[in-house]
Amino acid sequence: MNLALRDIRHNLGRFLLTCLGLGLLLGVALAMVGIYGGVVEEALSLARGLRADLWVVEGGSRGPFAEASRIPGDVREAVARLPGVTAAGSLTFQTVEARHAGGPGSGEIPSEELVRERAGEAGRQRSGAVLRLQVIGYEPDRPGGPPGILEGRGIGRGRLEMVLDRGAGAPLGAMVEMANIRYRVVGISTRAVSTGGDPLAWITLRDSQDLQFRLNPPAARRAQQGGGGALPQDTVNAVIARLSPHADPASVAAEIRRWKHFAALTAAEQEQVLTRSVVDRARKQLGLFTTVLLLVSAVIVALIIYTLTMDKMREIATLKLIGAPDSTIVALVMQQAMLLGAVSFAGGAALLLAVKDHFPRRVVLGPEEIAGFGLLVFVICLFASLLGVRYALRVEPAQALGG
Amino acid sequence: MSALVALQGIAKGFGAGEARVQALSDITLSVAAGEVVGLRGPSGSGKSTLLNLVACILEPDEGILRLAGETVWQGRWAKADLRALRRRTIGFIFQFHNLLPFLDATDNVALAMTLNDVPLPEARDRARALLDYLQIGRRAGAMPAKLSGGEAQRVAIARALANRPHIILADEPTAALDSERAQVVMDLLRRVAREQAAAVLVVTHDDKIFGRFDRLVSLRDGRIEGEMRPG
Ligand SMILES: Nc1ncnc2c1ncn2[C@@H]1O[C@H](COP(=O)(O)OP(=O)(O)OP(=O)(O)O)[C@@H](O)[C@H]1O
Ligand SMILES: [Mg+2]
Repeated sequence: MNLALRDIRHNLGRFLLTCLGLGLLLGVALAMVGIYGGVVEEALSLARGLRADLWVVEGGSRGPFAEASRIPGDVREAVARLPGVTAAGSLTFQTVEARHAGGPGSGEIPSEELVRERAGEAGRQRSGAVLRLQVIGYEPDRPGGPPGILEGRGIGRGRLEMVLDRGAGAPLGAMVEMANIRYRVVGISTRAVSTGGDPLAWITLRDSQDLQFRLNPPAARRAQQGGGGALPQDTVNAVIARLSPHADPASVAAEIRRWKHFAALTAAEQEQVLTRSVVDRARKQLGLFTTVLLLVSAVIVALIIYTLTMDKMREIATLKLIGAPDSTIVALVMQQAMLLGAVSFAGGAALLLAVKDHFPRRVVLGPEEIAGFGLLVFVICLFASLLGVRYALRVEPAQALGG
Repeated sequence: MSALVALQGIAKGFGAGEARVQALSDITLSVAAGEVVGLRGPSGSGKSTLLNLVACILEPDEGILRLAGETVWQGRWAKADLRALRRRTIGFIFQFHNLLPFLDATDNVALAMTLNDVPLPEARDRARALLDYLQIGRRAGAMPAKLSGGEAQRVAIARALANRPHIILADEPTAALDSERAQVVMDLLRRVAREQAAAVLVVTHDDKIFGRFDRLVSLRDGRIEGEMRPG
């Protein structure tokens, strides 16, 4: 007969209440693991969403996300000519403070004059909610566009159009203002965020280069001077390439590295750079929180089991007196610790899985993370119960006698 | 009749130096099969200490302790596993029943048997039979908290008898009972001693039951002061 179970059944209400408390704590700790998973996934979502097999960036840098990278835009043609490369596209990346500047307007294609006119308009009337965007400039018929359009269309050849991430919250047809220029939202893309968690916005390469110049004219000019034979304003942050299925990314990358002033990263290398440099601090912070929460859980389990065991002092003494071996007594204490851990963990995990989609940032939990965490809880309970076990083993059979 | 409990020149002290208390000195005492022996004496006279020595939960300082014909202590313990010795040869009855609160009456008794490797279904059958024998069969499914003091004490006696022990030790078994219930418990102990040829040693303050012992041993300051045969 299992004494641990029988004792728990006898005090079921108290046991379940204890499990509820511990379960919430373990749920929070597990949430930390999931939030970390979410940070990793969000950090990788941009690089993955662009579906690049190869990244060409400034020599000596690990750009364009972890480090700054500026290269002349005409490198794209050289990359596109390489054997194995099926398509190549120039990209710019900039984080911009934008503002939501009003609802749907007329659908005209803006001319150069209109660009200037709209700039004046925006300068006069500043309003709307501030929006931090990761703006990606690309050439609409080349790689680098939004991974999927939910609503509306992709950007065309016209000026001042924008495809905006669903997470930004602006509706189709809305006007978004950046550096005193207004862009019309012509498409809403599927959820993807920058490495910092900002919503993404796509505009044409040309618009993005204008934007770069407007945001920081002196820096842009310096870059033009330093960029060798680059055309005025034709500076990009990276060129991405798609390869034919037969091409080996590593050897194409090696080919590009032989060129002066350029570095090349395969998709796998880019992901590694992102996880290492961008996610590292998040990992340290969330890891610290998880560790503290698990330590607190361990202390709580130890105290609960110790108290449960102390409450049973007389029963344990009686068991020893009537000749129960130590194994029976150790099993009683340890099985209760395991059961406490198992029920709490199951409750906490179930609760978290039920609410995780309502978190502001993504919570990513696979069966592996859950199983690993469960194993950790098991080990914690094992060690936490040792205090109770030590107490139980020290109970003297004589303590059962007398009043 | 052979002595199932035999103490020869047993002494036991606690502490050291100034604080030393000589709880027992030169105790020679035996209890034969079928005999019910009472142990009385003022508080602090060493009754519980004596019982604990027989139960092998305290180690004597001097003398020889023999249980069920075997030498258990002489200068040192003769056996390594004292708990195994206890669960096979000794049954305990406490002042408070000390039943496990989370097991019903049947399982409290059956547990003692499963500790001796009796399979659970058989242990439960035997436990119910034992409860019937002690006229408490109708409470077999009750939890200890739902039993009256007298009922609980009878379940505890059933547990003490579970493994047909040669020796039954009881520390103030009737102290928590009224005199009628106390008589019932004493009747039971006498019946068990007779029918199972067990040696029964009972520590008691309770003068209402003094008359029910075969022998009554008086302790004072750790020594045997006298002995009488109430019968
Ligand atoms: N573990 C111990 N440590 C130190 N001294 C002890 C210990 N156990 C008993 N003693 C001392 O030994 C003496 C005998 O104690 P014991 O408990 O055997 O008396 P008792 O006759 O059972 O008394 P009571 O009727 O009050 O139960 C007392 O002086 C007591 O203080
Ligand atoms: Mg006593």
